Amino acid sequence: MDLSLSTETIGDRTVVRVGGEIDVYTAPKLREQLVELVNDGSFHLVVDMESVDFLDSTGLGVLVGGLKRVRAHEGSLRLVCNQERILKIFRITGLTKVFPIHTSVEEAVQATD
Amino acid sequence: MATVELRFSALPEHVRTARLVAAAVARRAGADEAVLDEVRLAVGEACSRAVGLHQSSGVTAPVKVALIEEEKQFSIEVGDEAPHAVAGGDTPGTAQDGETDVEEDEMGLAVISGLVDDVEVTTGPNGGLIRMTWPTTPPATALV
Repeated sequence: MDLSLSTETIGDRTVVRVGGEIDVYTAPKLREQLVELVNDGSFHLVVDMESVDFLDSTGLGVLVGGLKRVRAHEGSLRLVCNQERILKIFRITGLTKVFPIHTSVEEAVQATD
Repeated sequence: MATVELRFSALPEHVRTARLVAAAVARRAGADEAVLDEVRLAVGEACSRAVGLHQSSGVTAPVKVALIEEEKQFSIEVGDEAPHAVAGGDTPGTAQDGETDVEEDEMGLAVISGLVDDVEVTTGPNGGLIRMTWPTTPPATALV
């Protein structure tokens, strides 16, 4: 299994649960999923990365692209991540300042700013 | 000669294979467990970049990875054969897609430089090479 994706609606938020490896090969699948959600009118996204084993800059690029899309509709894109190895990549690229990163889906769903 | 050499067609699906091989060789070379995550990520970034460069330049040659075990250090070289633009020689009015490629390329390099302390990037008209080096722990038996 390279990448698994599932979505769930909680209130006005759409939670995208991602599992496996997000890299140059699998990132297009995540991009398609995010684009599809935005095209279908879901502008407040929570990407749950707790089951992600690997993330590279291609994956970061897809998340930044998703953020750009939801922002065009005054939406939001929040991340859920507690894994140090994944958080490190956000830190070294300075993206911790760009994405709100939460410790649980519940926290991300309830967050307002 | 490198401890292990790998050549793969410039396709995204093979980058994972390069990551797995690099991590396996690094582990055998005595790289610290914490360093293995870095090795995996840095090799993935360098190979993704090389694949992107080959694909955007229409280069059919394989991407080359050399995993080199030396005394007290472990090095990885990722070589591409894509013609690299000379710094400052960018043509104004590049197409939108071209700009995106450049941004992704820079993001990959940013991750590598953030992760690896010892990294050398060389580029030329016939290709580029990223060399990354990590220290390895000598075996405990070496202590007297």
